[in-house]
Amino acid sequence: MNWVAENAGLILALAVQHLRLSLLPIVLGFAIALPLGYLAHRYRPTRGVLLTALGLLYTIPSLALFVALPVVTGISVLSEANVVTALTIYAVAIQARSVADALDSVDPDVRQAATALGYSGWRRFWAVEFPLAGPVMLAGLRVVAVSTIALVTVGILVGVKSLGYLFTNGFQRRILEEVLSGVVMTMLLALLVDLVLALLGRAVMPWTRIGTPAPRRAAP
Amino acid sequence: MSIEFRGVRKAFPDGTVAVEDFSLVIPSRTTTVLLGSSGCGKTTLLRMVNRMVDPSAGTVLIDDEDVAAVDPVALRRRIGYVMQNSGLLPHRRVADNIATVPRLNGVAKDAARERALQLMDTVGLDRSLADRYPAQLSGGQQQRVGVARALAAEPNILLMDEPFGAVDPIVRAELQQELIRLRRELEKTVVFVTHDVDEAFLLGDQVVLLQRGGRIAQAGTPAEILANPASDFVADFVGAGRGRRSLRVEEIDGVLVVVDADGRPAGVLADEARTAPGSATRGNRAQ
Repeated sequence: MNWVAENAGLILALAVQHLRLSLLPIVLGFAIALPLGYLAHRYRPTRGVLLTALGLLYTIPSLALFVALPVVTGISVLSEANVVTALTIYAVAIQARSVADALDSVDPDVRQAATALGYSGWRRFWAVEFPLAGPVMLAGLRVVAVSTIALVTVGILVGVKSLGYLFTNGFQRRILEEVLSGVVMTMLLALLVDLVLALLGRAVMPWTRIGTPAPRRAAP
Repeated sequence: MSIEFRGVRKAFPDGTVAVEDFSLVIPSRTTTVLLGSSGCGKTTLLRMVNRMVDPSAGTVLIDDEDVAAVDPVALRRRIGYVMQNSGLLPHRRVADNIATVPRLNGVAKDAARERALQLMDTVGLDRSLADRYPAQLSGGQQQRVGVARALAAEPNILLMDEPFGAVDPIVRAELQQELIRLRRELEKTVVFVTHDVDEAFLLGDQVVLLQRGGRIAQAGTPAEILANPASDFVADFVGAGRGRRSLRVEEIDGVLVVVDADGRPAGVLADEARTAPGSATRGNRAQ
């Protein structure tokens, strides 16, 4: 534990850097997945092709993607932007399907009612369909968040620093505490972000907390 | 506001013809019930009024104006719509649900809420329910919210698609009486869709009995239809043919009881009916 105490500053700095690298792909991934998921939801024929193609992206090994991307984008292999781009692609691959499923889950009666009330298509989407798809989209977002935070560590292999630095450095220097602190901190970060997302969901979707009556106590 | 259907037809892309050729005039400030089994096109016809369905041929006119020429979103905001299962927005509190259309029309939040609370009084909902979510209400309360929401923009036309179909019989009877009261107070043109004959006869000034494909089997007041069924189909549908509505009077323990053809009691003869000249009791005095 000595090593951890002596290097607390380094660990904290890496954790902050790690968080910064994770948040951008999570947010960007959601923003890109939203219109793609909507297309898959709205136009049935595109659904199979679109979602399968996106799903396939997720099967590309991350290291391979880090190296292959610069060929297409022209960004340096070693840059943060390259890692962020790759992680955004993975985020989109997961989130697009979750957005499509989420929009599918909205009760058609409610959609009809919103139309009958006089919502235009655009307004109906943002005021009715988007919030009601919220719980399922949030479930997808939480998976993306945890997955992205785990994947950021791989960036160290192309020289982008994160908590992953503690893995490679600790491994080379044979400091077990360093490797372990990297693992534990990554997990803590993932749990923390997951918790924040869950709480945020409860706060912005208060209607999801009601409707389940308290379990009745058995008669004595 | 009067509504007129002029030779409307609706064929869906998959080839099914929901409505073949339908014409009807719905006079202003009356209640017209479109009555029929499922698949007769009654909901399709209802949705043509607010352009949720556009006819394949023919026109629908509101006060002699072709609705096809009106922006559908603007049209829907001035026509109230109540559906089965209330169709409430589950993520909005009761007051916000009721205030939906005023808010869409740009009414300020406070004014819209005040109006929503007034409407809760109108439809017999306690104001303490204003901040509940729809899932926290009973089925009957949800339907009342649905009606209040439809009235919020003060529409002249109210479309009701089996609004009381999903609630239990006692609540349904309550809601029906409530609607009769509201109609008297508010003077709206109401188009009401149902498959329930009793409900149609209770609520309709005009009842339009539909057969498959939106063909009118008979249109008229409930009394006209009962007295003069236009066909066996009509007689069957309204129950005249089965004897459910051919009633006679029997005396049981000194009380005059009205029974149907199968001998099932339908009610007790009122005192006024006993003494009225030409009343049903005359031919039945066997003692």
